[in-house]
Amino acid sequence: MIEVVSASRCVTCDVCIAVCPTDVFDAGTDGIPVIARQGDCQTCFMCEAHCPADALFVAPLTHPAPPGSPFRDEEHVTRTGLLGSYRRELGWGRGRKPGARNAVGPELGRARITPAAAESS
Amino acid sequence: MTTTALDLTADVVIVGGGPAGTWAALTAATAGADVLLLDKGYCGTSGPTASGGTGVWYVQPEPAAREKAMASREALGGYLQDRRWMARVLDQTYENMDRLGAEARYPFPVVDGRAFKGGLQGPEYMRRMRSWIRRAGVRILDHSPVTELLVDAAGTVAGVHGHRRQHHTGYRVRAGAVVLATGGCAFLSKALGCDVATGDGALYAAEAGAAMSGMEFSNAYGIAPTFTSVTKTAYYGFATFFQQDGTPLAGAGSQGGRSVIAAELLRAGTVLCQIDQATPEQQAQMRSGQPNFFLTFDRLGINPFTDKFPVTLLLEGTVRGTGGIQLVDDDCATSVPGLYAAGDAATRELICGGFTGGGSHNSAWAMSSGTWAGGGAARFATALGASALRRRLTGAGGVALRPTGGASYGGDPGAEAKDVLRRQVHPYDKNYLRHGDRLRPALDELDEVWARLRAGATAEPAATPRLRQAAAMVAHARWMYTAALARTESRGMARRQDFPGLDPAQRRRLTVGGLDEIWVRPESAARPELAVAS
Ligand SMILES: Cc1cc2nc3c(=O)[nH]c(=O)nc-3n(C[C@H](O)[C@H](O)[C@H](O)COP(=O)(O)OP(=O)(O)OC[C@H]3O[C@@H](n4cnc5c(N)ncnc54)[C@H](O)[C@@H]3O)c2cc1C
Ligand code: SF4
Ligand code: SF4
Repeated sequence: MIEVVSASRCVTCDVCIAVCPTDVFDAGTDGIPVIARQGDCQTCFMCEAHCPADALFVAPLTHPAPPGSPFRDEEHVTRTGLLGSYRRELGWGRGRKPGARNAVGPELGRARITPAAAESS
Repeated sequence: MTTTALDLTADVVIVGGGPAGTWAALTAATAGADVLLLDKGYCGTSGPTASGGTGVWYVQPEPAAREKAMASREALGGYLQDRRWMARVLDQTYENMDRLGAEARYPFPVVDGRAFKGGLQGPEYMRRMRSWIRRAGVRILDHSPVTELLVDAAGTVAGVHGHRRQHHTGYRVRAGAVVLATGGCAFLSKALGCDVATGDGALYAAEAGAAMSGMEFSNAYGIAPTFTSVTKTAYYGFATFFQQDGTPLAGAGSQGGRSVIAAELLRAGTVLCQIDQATPEQQAQMRSGQPNFFLTFDRLGINPFTDKFPVTLLLEGTVRGTGGIQLVDDDCATSVPGLYAAGDAATRELICGGFTGGGSHNSAWAMSSGTWAGGGAARFATALGASALRRRLTGAGGVALRPTGGASYGGDPGAEAKDVLRRQVHPYDKNYLRHGDRLRPALDELDEVWARLRAGATAEPAATPRLRQAAAMVAHARWMYTAALARTESRGMARRQDFPGLDPAQRRRLTVGGLDEIWVRPESAARPELAVAS
């Protein structure tokens, strides 16, 4: 779920309020959006992908991160390079090449069925 | 009930702005229609394609390749597909993918000197679809869930009501024709991008008199790391599954072995997984192919190739199942005049039979059926001419809008409906590992909830879309289980523990419909006129 809105990075463009499919954000009085309905977040990472300032962090969990979780800590997600990492992969943002250009996965063969313990060793 | 603050007109209204809705809008606008597209969320990010991305059923127009593509999943689908529709979809998808490259400048990867068109990255695809339809003159209203269809005195669909949630106001649109492209129904499971897919369109279509098809094949579950949303299953084809103690879980697999995973989750609560069958080269290809697959792992600090991690199965219902609104014509017309359906909202049985699951057919269907529905709706609206705007309109919506019972609903109807769905529809031992003895009591409880909703549930305008969503999900579950009980065999995704074999006599589609009373019958017996009359 969405956990971090970085007040220092946010350029108050309201893009996240517009693009969130489940209407999680409200405009804040200081222009910085607030996470108003976190419970409605479907963890789709779309706000993060569209935020032009890498100001949003979506934790990879379908429930709110517990208090004290590093996922709620802006300093942690910045230092570890997680903040803005999805945009980097998508190749979105100035001077980047669209990631879609490289999006060729491996040939998918027949799906594998897990063998029994005895056979697998 | 919705207060009508904003009064609009359009030749064609498109409900839903995923791939099906945007292709429909593009086609209708190109045909000269004045098009208004309404999305519950945001056209460009809403729906599973935007966040998930899609493999595409893109096949070169060479007879041998086409034959192979059509034959490959016929057995899996229980031989309920229609070859003519499959061929049409292959042709249309081929054309649309080429247009996407040429006209929307989609940056296809280049492999061996040739554009690779077997897949689309979701955020890029849907962002481009949005700007493309805007260039074509389509008006878009985001955050504007449609809450019901409007019909004229003859029962022809002639517009919609809805609510603009960020403007706190209702709206009405008079239209010549309506395309329902609202996606499937994943029952608010939090599967990737699926929480907007609550089956609203199917409820609205049923209220106007349309029927459903393929509803028994609506029990798709996607694999995701536990407590996460990313239900992308393809790469689990390279995985090994384990019990909690690390013993291999014999028979488990992403395809053909998912029921073993479900059974183990029911029994022990934990299944572990490791994507240990991919070569280093394949691992690198996976990363560039689907970066969002790795979002979860990177953020959780899991290396899926070397670590064992717990997985779960999230309900994707009709999003990756087959069921939806029945179509009666090549232009994706429904049995109700003026009403068209496309994408996951429409039945996919025509090209998938009783089985989807594996990616590619769904996206091909969304873009093809969207294209046809948009064209059909534009032609219908044009034929009406100016008389379209003089019709007297009434709301077709029932449940949560026009209670029948007199007595008001005690408690919170939306929350109660969600609770019933959580207990009776999400669990693997009811919807997935099916048995008549468990389906029947589940259906009874769903029927009971429906009756109470129908009699007494109402909401403030701002809360109406949510209550309508809850009602749509309950309606879906009832159609699903009614059809599942009627199919007394195992075919495609509709597997019954009490009827494990395939019954050749049941090689036919089932039509299901109704709201207060649900009916089901073999397709051949269900003429469109009958569906309207019931
Ligand atoms: C994780 C994941 C991966 C997938 N991968 C593949 C794949 O590789 N290949 C493949 O072929 N398929 C795949 N699928 C399936 C594919 O995503 C869907 O089939 C496809 O998105 C359907 O498109 P659609 O336009 O019909 O519906 P959607 O994309 O669901 O769009 C529906 C739209 O309608 C809007 N809406 C809903 N209700 C209302 C309302 N009441 N009023 C207004 N608007 C409304 C929603 O906001 C949404 O924008 C995948 C699905 C998932 C979940
Ligand atoms: S999209 Fe990013 S920069 Fe724009 S308002 Fe939201 S958080 Fe701030
Ligand atoms: S992750 Fe998706 S649902 Fe959650 S806030 Fe961002 S855009 Fe909204």
